Amino acid sequence: MATTAEPTTALAQPKMVNLTIEGRPVSVPEGMSILEAGKRAGILIPHYCYHPGLSIAGNCRMCLVEVEKAPKLAPSCATAVAEGQVVHIYTEKALEARKGVLEMLLINHPLDCPICDKSGECELQDFTYQEGPAESRLRDPKRFNPVEDFGGDVLYTTSRCILCTRCVRFMDELAQDTVLNVSERGDRALIGKFEGKELTHAWAGNVIDLCPVGALLSKDSLNKARSWELDHAPSICPGCSQGCNISIDTRDNTVVRLRPRPNENVNKYFMCDVGRLDYRWINRQDRVEVPLMRRGEAHVAADWDIAIPATAALLDGKRVFVAASPNLSNEALYLLSRLIRANGGAGAFTVAVGPEAPLPGVDDLALRAERAANGNGADLLGFRRAASPVEGMAAGDVLIVAEADASQISPEQLALASAIIVIGTTLPETLRMASIVLPIANYAEEEGTFTNLRGRVQRFFQAKAAPGMARPSWWVAGDILAALGKGDAYYLASEVFSAMAADVPAFAGMSYDALGMRGLVVSGGAQ
Amino acid sequence: MGYPFPSHAGETPVLSKYFGDKDAISLAGFRKRGGYDGLQKALSMTPAEIVDVVKASGLRGRGGAGFPTGIKWSFMKPGDGKPHYLCCNADESEPGTFKDREIMRWTPHALVEGCAIGAYAIGAETAYIYIRGEFTEPLVRMRDAVREAYDAGILGKNAMGTGKRIDIVIHKGAGAYICGEETAMMNSIEGRRGNPRIKPPFPAVSGVFAQPTTINNVETLAAVPHIIVRGAEWYKGLCLSSPKSTGSKLFSVCGNIAKPGNYEVTLGFSFKDFLYDLCGGPLPGRTFKAVIPGGISVPIQTMEEAEATKMDYEGFVEQGSMLGSGGVIVFDDQQNMVKQIARAARFFAHESCAQCTQCREGTAWTTKIMERIRDGEGTHEDLDTLFSIADNMTGKTICVLSDSCAVPVVSGINKFRSEFEALIKKPTFHPVTAAVA
Repeated sequence: MATTAEPTTALAQPKMVNLTIEGRPVSVPEGMSILEAGKRAGILIPHYCYHPGLSIAGNCRMCLVEVEKAPKLAPSCATAVAEGQVVHIYTEKALEARKGVLEMLLINHPLDCPICDKSGECELQDFTYQEGPAESRLRDPKRFNPVEDFGGDVLYTTSRCILCTRCVRFMDELAQDTVLNVSERGDRALIGKFEGKELTHAWAGNVIDLCPVGALLSKDSLNKARSWELDHAPSICPGCSQGCNISIDTRDNTVVRLRPRPNENVNKYFMCDVGRLDYRWINRQDRVEVPLMRRGEAHVAADWDIAIPATAALLDGKRVFVAASPNLSNEALYLLSRLIRANGGAGAFTVAVGPEAPLPGVDDLALRAERAANGNGADLLGFRRAASPVEGMAAGDVLIVAEADASQISPEQLALASAIIVIGTTLPETLRMASIVLPIANYAEEEGTFTNLRGRVQRFFQAKAAPGMARPSWWVAGDILAALGKGDAYYLASEVFSAMAADVPAFAGMSYDALGMRGLVVSGGAQ
Repeated sequence: MGYPFPSHAGETPVLSKYFGDKDAISLAGFRKRGGYDGLQKALSMTPAEIVDVVKASGLRGRGGAGFPTGIKWSFMKPGDGKPHYLCCNADESEPGTFKDREIMRWTPHALVEGCAIGAYAIGAETAYIYIRGEFTEPLVRMRDAVREAYDAGILGKNAMGTGKRIDIVIHKGAGAYICGEETAMMNSIEGRRGNPRIKPPFPAVSGVFAQPTTINNVETLAAVPHIIVRGAEWYKGLCLSSPKSTGSKLFSVCGNIAKPGNYEVTLGFSFKDFLYDLCGGPLPGRTFKAVIPGGISVPIQTMEEAEATKMDYEGFVEQGSMLGSGGVIVFDDQQNMVKQIARAARFFAHESCAQCTQCREGTAWTTKIMERIRDGEGTHEDLDTLFSIADNMTGKTICVLSDSCAVPVVSGINKFRSEFEALIKKPTFHPVTAAVA
């Protein structure tokens, strides 16, 4: 490889290399592997050990392709593109070689797909169906190894392992916590744990997603669902201000697991175990399902058509103090800020903090100390960070508690308010005196955006239906504004976002279409 | 010399001259026999001059691949600002090979001298000698020799008073066949698991500790002082057949033969004379059946092929095999080739580093089938399967261990098919309900 020193500038463009893959011409940067170039040409070359987030191992030998003028088949993950290269993926020679690899991978594999959690999203299954042998020629007993608990959330089903070493490389290179190794040699080899070590690193759970087969399984989601029963919705982890892109996997309107979704600019391919395992609250059953209005000592159910005008009547002409959750969407926070702007008052929020836990091998990726998804968005939309969210509230003002932690508000402060309106998923004990309770969807039940600590605005999508009559938070806030005659009602999150982009300079020029699946950074960048 | 037997007139003892001579082990004894004259002379030459002499001598790697040593050394670019390393491969793990062991046991200083010259020639200040874990005696001898050399000022900051720095580090392996593969050896030296690396990058670009590295076999390096002292022309003159194969070569002979041992002959020597004359022929009342001439990873030769062979890099290839490491394993008429090949396969299955799928699974699968055939449970289908597995194992992996396992199986079935068929009683497979171990 040429290592001549060339003058580089910040805008230096990589040298492009032209090659042909399966007859399709592609132009890719110099140094790229044939496998990655294949993706650019729209062809996924079968592979196991290769992962774009890890170093090259070249050990599974599954990605063998034929390169014209090369004496042997080339491992496409470990072979760099070259000018004028002609690559064939589906020639008889290449297909036979890969079929041979699959046969070898399967001879000792238990073929227990019917009871394997990975079934349906298993690369060994997929590529075997695609180009593997229909029958095994093994006439001898299979190798068997017992299942081992790797600690943390990880269970190792040794017999299913194909020793691609993605897990070992993740722990060594990215977590930089040497827990796993390849133990033994030959066909006795297996993934081992170093003496006294467990997969307890805050990011160790990623080895489960990295495992291309059913060898590393999540204990948390063990035997909970078959993969084909799951629905997947793209979302953003609300666990901290990092804003890891995730997929919310649901079965029958119940969230059963969270998994990372790649975003080169935020979390690469990973998410931490704290975020991954913190999802049971999304399914909680003690939700407020209908608007509630206070009649004497009790709340009675009301229709939205009654509750919204009643809310507006309480707010009319009064200053409003909003205790907001930093996990509300930009859209909801924006409309609440409009309400504050219209009536006077203030908005504030408190953020829980916890110890930071970085993934050392990846730049700027950590479980952040700020344990909320949208603190940055709340800042941008004019909400104050305050120990007590209702500072400055005087007798006669209206208090709106928008999904905020009510324990931060003292009974004396609550007593000051002329009316308390709860916009929330649940009704905490301390807010039982609320005049009106408006049920909203949680983040998995609505659409919206969060602004992460680097100012990146990212969309999240609805993963499950909200219970009862609960409505998206931005919808409720918009309806209140409209009832007060201070704005329009909104029926799409994207419309709220566009109104915000037109109104708030930080979001200028943005739209849901422009955000796409990777998000955009607010003008002015990180806060 | 035919150590432990007396030297035969047909031999060319260069490296093996002092095998069995206890006096040659020490520094003083070795010096008395002309030791370190080569290093003294080499240090007065420029590295480029040494490389040119070695190139001109035609010396080729004695570890198995036979790559021209001078050309390998010329890949090391002087003045690139990086530390260079020389690694001496003393892992000698190839079954049937035990020549390096004898060099280290009897003439450890010859290797120290060779390493010092090699290191100087490639611009390395440090040479590693990677000694096989099982070599306990050679390890002690080499450690003693290196210590003596340091104490005498031959090694160190001021090697032989020339102001040049040459350090030698002895690294003991942990006993893995694969660590004889040069990139696995480099990983092992670095303290990692001995897994072969993907090439490129080649060691001359990124070797041990990611620095330019040259790896040479013990026998190769031990020959260098002789070339320096006596000149390239002398070495080139040691040639009986192909001009591409020059010098003397040690062959380790074992198996069913009258006088097993280490024999040093000029390349191009007749294999027939070698086996029947130097090594004394078969044991009384027996006849030779087959030979593996270059360590267990090379194809098996029938006696017809072996007897027509000229013992050099080209000669063995012409007769269906390879010179390899020079580990000659002889089988006579009492041996069952199926049993022998099954044992070879088991060795490879045990030693596979487990990286590449075809090797990890293929070596073990091959072993299962070979042992089943050996035990009379094989079928004719199994032979086809063995060929097919061997095909999948050849030319598709990071290193050649996988290929090496396929080699004796394929050449064995091709050349001794009747022995396989004699053991196969069933035409096709029928599931057997047997207790699973």
